[in-house]
Amino acid sequence: MSLLTTSNVTASYGASQALFGVDLSIGEGEVRALLGRNGMGKSTTVKCICRMLAANGTLTFNGTDLTRLPSHRAARLGLGLVPEGRRCFGNLTVHENLIAAARPGDWTFERVVEMFPRLGERRNQNASSLSGGEQQMLAIGRALMTNPRLLILDEATEGLAPIIRQEIWSVIRKLKAETGLSILVIDKSIRELRDVCDSATILERGKSVWDGTIHELTDDITTTYIGV
Amino acid sequence: MIRETYLNALTLGLFVLIPAWALFADEPFTITLMTRAAIFAIAAIGLNIALGIGGLVSLGHAVFFGIGGYAMGILAYHAQTYTALAEWPVLIDGTKSMPIIWLVAVLVSSLAALVIGALSLRTAGVYFIMITLAFGQMFFFFTISWAEYGGEDGLSIYVRNGFPGLNTLAPIQFYGLCFVILCLVLLFTWRLSKSPFGLALNAARQAPVRVETVGLDPTRLKLVAFVISGAITGLAGALFADLNRFVSPTMFSWQTSGEIMIFLILGGVGRLYGPVVGALAFVALEHWLGGLSDYWHIYLGILLLLIVLFGRGGLIGLASGKEAVHD
Repeated sequence: MSLLTTSNVTASYGASQALFGVDLSIGEGEVRALLGRNGMGKSTTVKCICRMLAANGTLTFNGTDLTRLPSHRAARLGLGLVPEGRRCFGNLTVHENLIAAARPGDWTFERVVEMFPRLGERRNQNASSLSGGEQQMLAIGRALMTNPRLLILDEATEGLAPIIRQEIWSVIRKLKAETGLSILVIDKSIRELRDVCDSATILERGKSVWDGTIHELTDDITTTYIGV
Repeated sequence: MIRETYLNALTLGLFVLIPAWALFADEPFTITLMTRAAIFAIAAIGLNIALGIGGLVSLGHAVFFGIGGYAMGILAYHAQTYTALAEWPVLIDGTKSMPIIWLVAVLVSSLAALVIGALSLRTAGVYFIMITLAFGQMFFFFTISWAEYGGEDGLSIYVRNGFPGLNTLAPIQFYGLCFVILCLVLLFTWRLSKSPFGLALNAARQAPVRVETVGLDPTRLKLVAFVISGAITGLAGALFADLNRFVSPTMFSWQTSGEIMIFLILGGVGRLYGPVVGALAFVALEHWLGGLSDYWHIYLGILLLLIVLFGRGGLIGLASGKEAVHD
């Protein structure tokens, strides 16, 4: 049984429709890539799943209908979002950012610091004074502190130095290997996604146009839809 | 430039040294002034939780200050006239005991804050300011026409209420009581601001949408903060009424709400000791400038203008050279 199912999801920003039917499903322990060119609806799909944008169609998480839930209730069901552009709580320290979001479970401050030793070193530093890479780690740590069942990474490696990107990817691989957490990854780096993901969904003009395992995702398909 | 921690210690030190000096120099009026400052500080600490941490610009905190005052006034009035507060369904007598009065003040003002907060938090920004102000005016005009408890003239309580083991009529003993409560409220607020709840509230002020994505309901956080805030200001109201042995609708007036906010802006919004410094500075100015001219508010206005323009961190921000911690 899949953990998250969306079927025929449509959504609009005011008068302009952005999603025209997105079908997506993620199983327990599955790591899925959500692919597509810029402006094809990837982030909008995430906003619909996390209830930050009104959506029509079917959206169920672990058997619960999401469409009518407010954002914080959806998050409490186990949706852990690492938002695009990091968005930490700027005037709280690293430690404060993490404990403000904490909910009971396996993920504690100590465990997050073990995963990201840099956050331990910066424990009492304000989040706004961290580097981009550190802020990204904090955003991932904050999402883990809510003890989610599904982690959603929206452009988690965007605009970071290559070495930091590698660090983020190795954390994602580690999460997959050690915790069996379900993860939905949005990213531009196909090579890394091939390495870590089990499956992929491609969006084009607000519609899901391709769905399959990562092995079925041939170069022909990526060239057709994404241009790489 | 002095570090903020030293500045805070200095402030607390003044609250010990000035009354101690006044006691030896036999200046009971100074002790009364310091009591006034301590009580104003408690009221403003209450507002600081809503405004400083939660970002809720409430122009109606006089409601809670007044409710605290009237809780004291009504209970003590029935005790001094030997009449029952209520006879049905159970007989309720008045009381002259401070702990009971404080408990009633805190409970009733919390309840009022829950109702007012639940309604006001449906709005935001300027509408929130207006709706809290409207609630304040409602209570103000209600008490003016509440003839049973003195209406516009208010209620006089002849003897200050009692606290077990203390002679509250001695200014220094009543001051000591207020000072201990001030310290406890400060400790509570400090712990609150560092607790997950306080941190989440702080985050909800900055970024309500981001708080939601980690599973926290910003409206609920703000409502809880508003209730705690109202309870503390209510407690200050009960103490203030006991200091003056008098309550009147003035405690509910919008000027009172404004003054509580002035203490906060003067000292530094969102800083733990902001309300304490602000209340002390206000009482000092009121005393000295008030002695110079009846129109001393104009000087206060100029000072406030300068602080808002040049020292957004309030007096603490100016003295410690730290930029405003508040947005």
